[in-house]
This record gives sequence, C-alpha cells and structure tokens, in this order.
Amino acid sequence: MHSNRYIFIYSVVMVVVVAITLSIVVLILKPFQEANIRTEKIQNILTSINIQSNKKESQDMYKKYIKEELLIKNDGTYRQGSAFDVKLKDELKKDISKREMPLFIAETDDGKRHYIVPLWGRGLWGAIWGYISFNDDLNTVFGALFDHKSETPGLGAEISTRAFQEQFINKKIFDDNGNFVSVHVIKGGAPKGDIHGVDAISGGTITSNGVNMMLKENVGFYVNYFKTLKNTNNHE
Amino acid sequence: MSKFSFLSGKIGKLFLAPFGDDNPITVKVLGICSALAVTVKIKPAFVMALSVTVVTAFSNLIISLLRNGIPSRIRIIVQLVVVALMVIIVDQFLKAFVYDVSKQLSVFVGLIITNCIIMGRLEAFALANKPFPSFIDGLGNGFGYGLILIVVAFFRELLGSGTIWGYSIIPASLYAKNNGFYVNNGLMILPPTALIIIGLIIWWQRSRRKNLIDIS
Repeated sequence: MHSNRYIFIYSVVMVVVVAITLSIVVLILKPFQEANIRTEKIQNILTSINIQSNKKESQDMYKKYIKEELLIKNDGTYRQGSAFDVKLKDELKKDISKREMPLFIAETDDGKRHYIVPLWGRGLWGAIWGYISFNDDLNTVFGALFDHKSETPGLGAEISTRAFQEQFINKKIFDDNGNFVSVHVIKGGAPKGDIHGVDAISGGTITSNGVNMMLKENVGFYVNYFKTLKNTNNHE
Repeated sequence: MSKFSFLSGKIGKLFLAPFGDDNPITVKVLGICSALAVTVKIKPAFVMALSVTVVTAFSNLIISLLRNGIPSRIRIIVQLVVVALMVIIVDQFLKAFVYDVSKQLSVFVGLIITNCIIMGRLEAFALANKPFPSFIDGLGNGFGYGLILIVVAFFRELLGSGTIWGYSIIPASLYAKNNGFYVNNGLMILPPTALIIIGLIIWWQRSRRKNLIDIS
C-alpha cells in the first residue's frame, strides 16, 4: 500500500508531465491546423462561385478570382478592407448598426462579376455557415455552399452536399416588386417553378429552418447595399 | 508460413485472439456506442478504428511501463489521464493532417476516452503484464474493434448510400430519380441498423463457434 504522500506527489507529477506534453504537441501542430482552416475557407469561398480547387492551388486561385474585398454597413455604405479576416460570428453579436459585414467580389473567366456573401447561423446541434454568390443583377443566385459543425450525418448534414447546394442556383432573392424575400428551404419540396424556394431535407427540419434563418438574416443585411449598387449600375 | 511464424507463439495469440473468440465488440460487447455512431461511411470508420488502435496500444504500453509505480487507490484516475492524453494527441494530429476526416468524426474522437475497450484492456491486461505483450494486446484489440467497425460500415455505406469509400457502386441509371427502380435504404444511415448488423455478426459468429455460447 502506498502512503498518502506518495499518492499526492505521484498525481502532481503526472498532471504536470501530461500538461507539458500536451502543450508541446498543440504548439507544434497549431500552424498546420490553422493552415487547414484557412485553406478550407478559401476553398469554400471558391466553391460558392462554382470553382472547385484542391488544397495546393486554392491560394493562387483565390488571388486570381477574388478581385475585391469590402466591408459593408447596414445602411449600404462600404469601405475597402480585409473581408477575409472578419470573424462573422463576432460581427453578428454586435448591434446591427455597428456591424461591418464582409463581401467578396469575384470575377469569373467570362468576365462577369459575382458578389459573395458569407453566412453564419445555427443548426440543430451547432453552428452552420456558408457562402452564397449572386450574379451582377444582385438578385439571381450564382452558387452556394453550406457547411456545419455537428449536424446529424445523413439528415441535417446533407446541407453540405452539392446536391442540396446546387438547388439554389438561379433562384432569386427579390420578388417582382423589388422586395427582399430571400430563398426559402421548403419542407415537403418546393413547387415546380418556384423561383424563391428549394427542397428541404427530409428528417433535417431544424437544420433546414436554420438555413432559412441564416439566409434571411445574413443576406438581408446587404439589401441596402445591393439596392444602392443596382441604382448606380442602372445610371451608368 | 514462416513469415508469419510470430503469429503462432504466445504474442501471436495475444494479437490474433481479438479478431475471433476474444473480439471486443462481438464477444465482450465493449465499445458498442462508437460502433453505432461512426459506421455510416467506411472512411470515417477506418480513421476511427486506426485512432482507437493507436490509443489502446500506447495507453496499454504506458500503463504497463508504469504498472509497478501506480498507486492502486488512484489507478483508475491514472489510467483515465493517460487515455485522455493519448486521445487529445490523436485528435490534434487528425486536425492537423486529415482535417476533412476529423471534421466528419467531430466529437467521436474525443469520445474515444469513454470507449470501454481501452479501460477494459488497461485494467484486465496492462496492469499485470510486461510492456511488449501489453502493446501487442492493445494493437490486437484495436484491430479487432476496427474489423467489426469496417464490416458494419461496409454494409451501411453500400446499402445506405450506394457507395464504397465514397465511390459510387450502384450505377446511377438504376436509381429511381433517373427512371430506374433502385432507392437507397434510408434506414441503413440511422444508428439502429448498426445494432442489427452487429447482432447478425454475433449470431453468425456464435453459430460457428459453439464455445462462445453462454449456457448459464
């Protein structure tokens, strides 16, 4: 039988050794992990304008296609800034008038401009996020990408499949009168020819609702900017 | 067979037993929870199996090395700390080098800590045996667990998603949405199916190995 003294010393030494080991491992691996997260973000942004890239070339592709990064205010004003480094989660916590939301402007090979809006919202078990891009009419969806932290595989997690995301292409966010209606995920399937609706995921209702909320809230923020931009485009 | 002669000795037995009559899942019924959770697709199941193998093998090794110094009154805590250490290291490695798979496995890597196989092997084997046999025992049990995981994942992925390791197996033209007749079995994606498949494996195994049948 060991004495109490021995047990105490043993525990203390054990905990210290484990703590040091873990700190070293985490410090060594951190740059790799951060690079992974960065690359993933780049790949996600590119996917939202329907450009698939692998890990190696993504950095260069990003430089090639993304022409401008802007920070947008709710009233429609904007300034140049590093949109890439904005933490959407933190920005959404701020009061709506103080937010400066990121916007990426891309130019695809055919010379057309596309506007990429990052998204952040809540699913069933955790965060969901994504990127949605619009054509230069600032109404028609060009591409979309969604991802999630911990949605149920086979159910809510299906939002990260291309099959779900491709449904969004060519949907419109404004109705004929120019009011913002967003794109809805419709339970039981969107009626044929619905320009604002896509099919929800069966068994993934709460995640689908999360996608609805996320689109409405995030894209809604840019409506003023889109309207101003449309007006200037028309005058030109 | 000379190449595999090490498998016939005592060490070989330690390594091979968990594949058959000593299988952690089908015979000892340990580690069932993760077998339900990560077997929807083969790739995550494979990485999970590998992670568990690394954790069991090295925890067994470390505990066996320390076995004479561990105060018996806090031995479970010591085991837990060692297991947790290994799991965090594995998790950090996955995040750094196979980021996409680590995302799919999400919380389940962290939950390896609670996998009964690991604590079971530490208590039952590593505390009483020398480091090398303990390491082999851990490897064997990890692989035995992985074998069942991959078999289950194979059927679930094939029947539930029509793919193997992410590659489509069922021709697209057979699917109902392309005017064919075939529909993936949605039940296969849900956790209860894993239990049913494991049940079938246990049934098959016991019908062949009568010595496993518990008569009491």
